[in-house]
Amino acid sequence: MTPLMLVLLTPLLGALALGLLRRPVVAGWFNLGVSVVSLGGALWLGAAVAVSGEVSGTLGAQLFGPSAGLGFRVDAFNVYLVVLTAFVGVTTSIFSRPYMRYVLGIGRIGPRRMRTYHSMYQLFMFTMLLALTTDNLGVMWVAVEGATLATVLLVSLYRTPEAVEAAWKYFILCGVGIALALFGTVLTYFAAQQVIADPAAGLTWSTLYANAGGLEPAVMRLAFVFLLVGYGTKVGLVPMHQWLPDAHSEGPTPMSAVLSGLLLNVALYAVVRLKMLVDGSLAETASPHLAGQLLMGFGLVSFLVAGLFLHRQRDIKRMFSYSSIEHMGLMTFAFGLGGPLATFGALLHMLVHSLTKSAIFITVGHAAHIAGTQSIDQIRGLIRTQPAVGWSLLIGVAAIAGFPPFGVFMSEFLLLTATMKSAPWFTVALLSGLAVAFAGLFRHIHPMVYGVPPEGQQPVEANMIPVAVHLSLVLWLGLAIPGFLAGWLDRATWLITGAHLL
Amino acid sequence: MGDLLTAPGWGIAVFQSLLYVALAPLLVGWLRKVKARLQNRRGPSLLQPYRDLYKLLAKEARVAHTASPLFRAAPYIVFTATWMAAATVPLLVVDLPTAAIADIIVLVGLLALARVFLALAGMDVGTAFGGMGASREMLIGALAEPAMLMAVFTLAMTAHSTNLSSVIDHHLSDGFVLRPSYLFALGGLVLVAIAETGRIPVDNPTTHLELTMVHEAMLLEYSGRHLALMEWAAQVKLLLYGTLIVNVFFPWGIGQGWSPAALGLGLAAVVGKLAVLAAALAVGETVLAKMRLFRAPAFLNLALLLSLLGLLSHVILEVGA
Amino acid sequence: MNLTLLPLLQQLLLVLAAIVLFLSFVLLAQVRLISAIHAFAWQGALVAAVTAVVAATGQVHHLYFSAALTLALKALLIPWMLHRLIRQLELERHTESLQSPALVTMGAVALVIFSYWLVLPMIHAEMTFTRNIIAISLSVVLIGLLMMVFRTQAVAQVLGFMSMENGLFLAAVSATDGMPLVVELGVAFDVLVAMVLFGVFFLQLRDSIDSLDVDRLNRLRETGGDSQ
Repeated sequence: MTPLMLVLLTPLLGALALGLLRRPVVAGWFNLGVSVVSLGGALWLGAAVAVSGEVSGTLGAQLFGPSAGLGFRVDAFNVYLVVLTAFVGVTTSIFSRPYMRYVLGIGRIGPRRMRTYHSMYQLFMFTMLLALTTDNLGVMWVAVEGATLATVLLVSLYRTPEAVEAAWKYFILCGVGIALALFGTVLTYFAAQQVIADPAAGLTWSTLYANAGGLEPAVMRLAFVFLLVGYGTKVGLVPMHQWLPDAHSEGPTPMSAVLSGLLLNVALYAVVRLKMLVDGSLAETASPHLAGQLLMGFGLVSFLVAGLFLHRQRDIKRMFSYSSIEHMGLMTFAFGLGGPLATFGALLHMLVHSLTKSAIFITVGHAAHIAGTQSIDQIRGLIRTQPAVGWSLLIGVAAIAGFPPFGVFMSEFLLLTATMKSAPWFTVALLSGLAVAFAGLFRHIHPMVYGVPPEGQQPVEANMIPVAVHLSLVLWLGLAIPGFLAGWLDRATWLITGAHLL
Repeated sequence: MGDLLTAPGWGIAVFQSLLYVALAPLLVGWLRKVKARLQNRRGPSLLQPYRDLYKLLAKEARVAHTASPLFRAAPYIVFTATWMAAATVPLLVVDLPTAAIADIIVLVGLLALARVFLALAGMDVGTAFGGMGASREMLIGALAEPAMLMAVFTLAMTAHSTNLSSVIDHHLSDGFVLRPSYLFALGGLVLVAIAETGRIPVDNPTTHLELTMVHEAMLLEYSGRHLALMEWAAQVKLLLYGTLIVNVFFPWGIGQGWSPAALGLGLAAVVGKLAVLAAALAVGETVLAKMRLFRAPAFLNLALLLSLLGLLSHVILEVGA
Repeated sequence: MNLTLLPLLQQLLLVLAAIVLFLSFVLLAQVRLISAIHAFAWQGALVAAVTAVVAATGQVHHLYFSAALTLALKALLIPWMLHRLIRQLELERHTESLQSPALVTMGAVALVIFSYWLVLPMIHAEMTFTRNIIAISLSVVLIGLLMMVFRTQAVAQVLGFMSMENGLFLAAVSATDGMPLVVELGVAFDVLVAMVLFGVFFLQLRDSIDSLDVDRLNRLRETGGDSQ
């Protein structure tokens, strides 16, 4: 429990402290410190899980009784997401310190909003970590909704009409989505009450999972539809994706990095956890793979639609947010496909996509500062003005498009192999989708990196260490997956599908 | 129902329908009295509507020279149709011989017949006001009728019969049950009744303001006994709706046998219930202002919605396969 | 299911649930913001009443607490906050012109039927009572959703959102005797924070587009060339 508390309480207390801290310069460093401490906690937690296989505990068990307290469960599936979240939290806060100082310097925001930014940043980290580690479906809902609430003010941070519009859309759409998810949660609880004697344990995932076979299929089917639509809104599945490009393009860039890199993962994690319950409940019925089929449908549509939309973008951050939708669609499809190979690939893809996408957003933030705009047409010749940024963008896009030595290639290859095995016809759709997305990315990227820079374009102060670290990790994962990580992912695969891959 | 077709049964049925005609002016008198009191006036006596009717009946009936025979016939048709409709609604006791025809659809049909002739008569002379009133009346009628049908169907579905007498019987045998569908049907029916009987806020029965009047506009050309019959029919209609509401939704007290005691109790109960209902109506009319005519569809849409919700909540909440 | 065999308190529950549904319709079609807020407050109070009745029928004591919580939050605090915001934004006399309200009302009726159809497969004889109330709550949720789609005024959209939450509370209370306390508190807290943030956003919206008509939020479009 100690590492878990370290992971959760550090960002929470950090958020409170940052809300009170008046000096922006100190706040930037403090924010980084908080992130580093929670990364330490996450690594400790990872080690603990590696040793014992699962860490679980209940907060407030003495107060409310063993089943009514705040239950936590950290197993192989979520621990790697916890570490990933904490890690990207650290690298993004490294990037955000000079970036936000620059934003403050040019007067786009004042010191008060800077305080909001730092405080909400940590609060957002807290809600995501809570959603990942909690064992209670209700608390998970509260945390995911909390993540929305923590980020809306960040999306509207610049107070431009566009930013306010984006934030409002984000708030309303995700609010509605998440309300539907709560209805699904209520239905799940309702189904649980028919089989689980202790009403207080009816939302505990572990208990539900143990009793999944007894849950009324008719109720669970309905519940899953609501849960999928609800959490799927946060994943950014088409057609509930409308908020995502707006929120990414109008919010501050560090926010886009964590939204794309982490929040979408958390929502997808929730969907997969719930799919595990529904699969157990529907196992004996006429449609045992209903949940998987739904995921495949939503995933494939998101994947293809987002790939097409990539071509039409004029805003660089919008373009990459569509790329995020595309990749989330791919993962959703893979989780829906099921089977150890596809699941392993999807888990790996979650990891490499997060790392690559946050690296890209960090680079894009610098690129936008160099060009003074986010418009694709006006960002030109990055590689001449500031080679580090240009190269990072090029390599990042190569990685996200699935070029061979990188981890994304690896995971996409696994996914394609799995699709080839169990649903060969979908391979055609996947391959053409990948090709379309690839073309969409590169037709925009090429002039931005190689074009003629406008007169007087100056390099900016940029810290490329986070990008370098992320991209090298992705490269490493593409060349060889380290043994401990492969073990983790394999255990997670076993948890989700009931079969080992390795 | 063979055993019902006996002389005493028919006697009571005739008595009951005569009672409708006799009591209708009294209800209007009471309504005006309460309203006057609420407006800090003493108001006319309770019997004033009777005196008005008597005065009109005694006067000579003048008819416009452009009027067709329909114009002369209409008051009799309207009055008879309304009276017949009233005879189908149990006032004092249930299971009368007339119960055989006491069908909800018959009731709605007879009222529609009366309305059609009223509107035709309004247009007959060819004055502007008559036509205007008729078109407004038909607008209200077209919107109110579906709402009313839907509301009574809610009742019919609960009792598994469209016969008013059996509906009331069914309620009495069930005892006190809280039904969400009844709540909505009651709401819908009250709104329909307000619109159909030309009360505030849809129509104002006391003014002849040309821009707003509906019912009065159609009667402008009538005089003497024709006017008396038309006014009387309107009063019977008010009593009919009132009885429908109180006896269907609050049937307690209505007589189930033909003994004089049951009849007396039934009469006392219905008079009491109607007095309360009329007082409530008077309060409503005092508080509310008449709304503009083009708001009337919204008002009746609300009635339709309520009735529809009544039907839905019956299906969803009360039957629930 | 035979209504006459149910105890009186359960009949009362049905009536209350039906009125909650009716108030959803009222909210949907109400053009005056102040009246809409009142309708919303009543809806909240009725959900609280449902909670109290469930607590009384099932002898579930922690539900009294959540009834009080719902009453305080949904019937008093949030309407009060909305009132204050409306005064602050000088929208007291604001009426919204709705496009084809009759059609939308019919759409809402269709949603009620749809939600009933959706829950019909849940066939457990002893569960019909609960299932029917779930159908009503789902209708309230979906009508709230419809309201958010159809109304263009920000405050009305928020009312739609909050009435969705009312539907969820109703479902949680009537179907499951209430969620565990931790969850319930968390949800209530989220709703409250959401309300505060909505307030912040009303002011931001007014500052940026000079109105709360979200139809005017149309700067962000695909290929719209935002930054040009």
